[in-house]
Amino acid sequence: MSGYGADAPILIADELRHSFGRVPALQGVSFDLHPGEVLGVVGESGSGKTTLVRALSGELVPQGGRVLYRDREGELLDLHALPEGRRRRLYRTDLGTVRQNPRDGLRMTVSAGANVGERLMALGQRHYGSIRAQAEDWLARVEVDPDRLDDVPAQLSGGMQQRLQIARNLVSGPRLVFMDEPTAGLDVSVQARLLDLLRGLVADLGLAVVLVTHDLGVARLLAHRLMVMQHGEVVETGLTDQVLDDPQHAYAQLLVSSILPV
Amino acid sequence: MTDLMIDVAGLSKSFTLHQQGGVRLPVLDRVDLRVGAGECVVLRGPSGAGKSSLLRCLYGNYLADTGSVRVRGPDGWVDVAAAGPRAILQLRRGTLGYVSQFLRAIPRVPAEQVVAQPAIDAGTPPDTACARARELLARLNIPERLWHLPPATFSGGEQQRVNVARSFARDYPILLLDEPTASLDPENKRVVVELTEAARQRGAAIVGIFHDAEVREAVASRVLDLPARAEAA
Repeated sequence: MSGYGADAPILIADELRHSFGRVPALQGVSFDLHPGEVLGVVGESGSGKTTLVRALSGELVPQGGRVLYRDREGELLDLHALPEGRRRRLYRTDLGTVRQNPRDGLRMTVSAGANVGERLMALGQRHYGSIRAQAEDWLARVEVDPDRLDDVPAQLSGGMQQRLQIARNLVSGPRLVFMDEPTAGLDVSVQARLLDLLRGLVADLGLAVVLVTHDLGVARLLAHRLMVMQHGEVVETGLTDQVLDDPQHAYAQLLVSSILPV
Repeated sequence: MTDLMIDVAGLSKSFTLHQQGGVRLPVLDRVDLRVGAGECVVLRGPSGAGKSSLLRCLYGNYLADTGSVRVRGPDGWVDVAAAGPRAILQLRRGTLGYVSQFLRAIPRVPAEQVVAQPAIDAGTPPDTACARARELLARLNIPERLWHLPPATFSGGEQQRVNVARSFARDYPILLLDEPTASLDPENKRVVVELTEAARQRGAAIVGIFHDAEVREAVASRVLDLPARAEAA
């Protein structure tokens, strides 16, 4: 994978902590992410990986710790401490979030074109023809027939909905995207196509990505680096193929040995 | 030795299997290896002696327990045993070529692209990289009708040849070859021997595993014997 930048971190998770009642979901999770780097977060249900992506994507305010984002000017911003307006704006321009269920990431009552165009309008674009042209262009890039521009998401297949969600996020030219199980719930053949599309887009655009997945095959294909989580803690981290081929921690070994070979 | 490229000192590697009650399998015990530019060192030893593990430690795929695994990158020496993921990926992009025993096929990516990609990632113009890829695929007798198909459906031997082509499509300063001739017919074996020899002559430092004695003799500047190890400790 290309575009693997060497600059200062674009994202710093600093000692993130969160509990649901007495159940700890994040117990001091820290990591750096560099421009163009894809970090895979793996672990089984309940490991805290979804809470992590919710804390990063601004959907949940962690009880402890900070999420620091370095903006285009090089300034480090504490995302959860920013004024609401500024934070929302960043999440609509520089940052993106692709959710497992496209229904959670799309507006289901407006057309595919409007879904893609929304972020452009948030950026201040007002020219209808230009927004429509960009939406068409992005539908083509994610391999959705631009003829479907006026369809609402319910008229699209699951795989197309997921690709539409990706276009909706990428149209604003974000630098950092959070993905929560982007391929789960899709047929295997549809998954392969989406994975290949993601792989190409991430490399071409030089995106930094935090990719949460329970699928180690997806992680191997897309991630430069892996973080293995268990009970809200990071138990192992390293180069993706090293963690998968030579896992050190007992839980990482269990996880890797539990996949059926294909 | 002129232009040392690989300097492994005191490398030990074992596996601790937590799912099997923490049994520890030693694989490499204080191995030293120095390889210069223009040298091809062949690793020899019985199955389980750690030949592949040594290559994987050099590639950063396996973690070393102790010792250093230094390779010379564009900006000087890097100890792969101690380097972070970003430094290792950078070495892989420019310095370390690796032929594994099998190809990890990527859905939908055609053979020609698989072969050309490392060179494109390193900044070679796509046209030049693809021309070189086609030349290698032809030389390794991959039928032209397959070049635009993803290798997932190819035979084992064809996949292996795509894999070989991929690693010779760039002039890596260091090549790690893990049985590149396994499952190849004599004609293709000969091509791999020629490619390996040409890489050595242009100055690559090569470490390889070749089970075929004839191939071994044709390519080796030197042989490193790895002793058989006890099963567990």
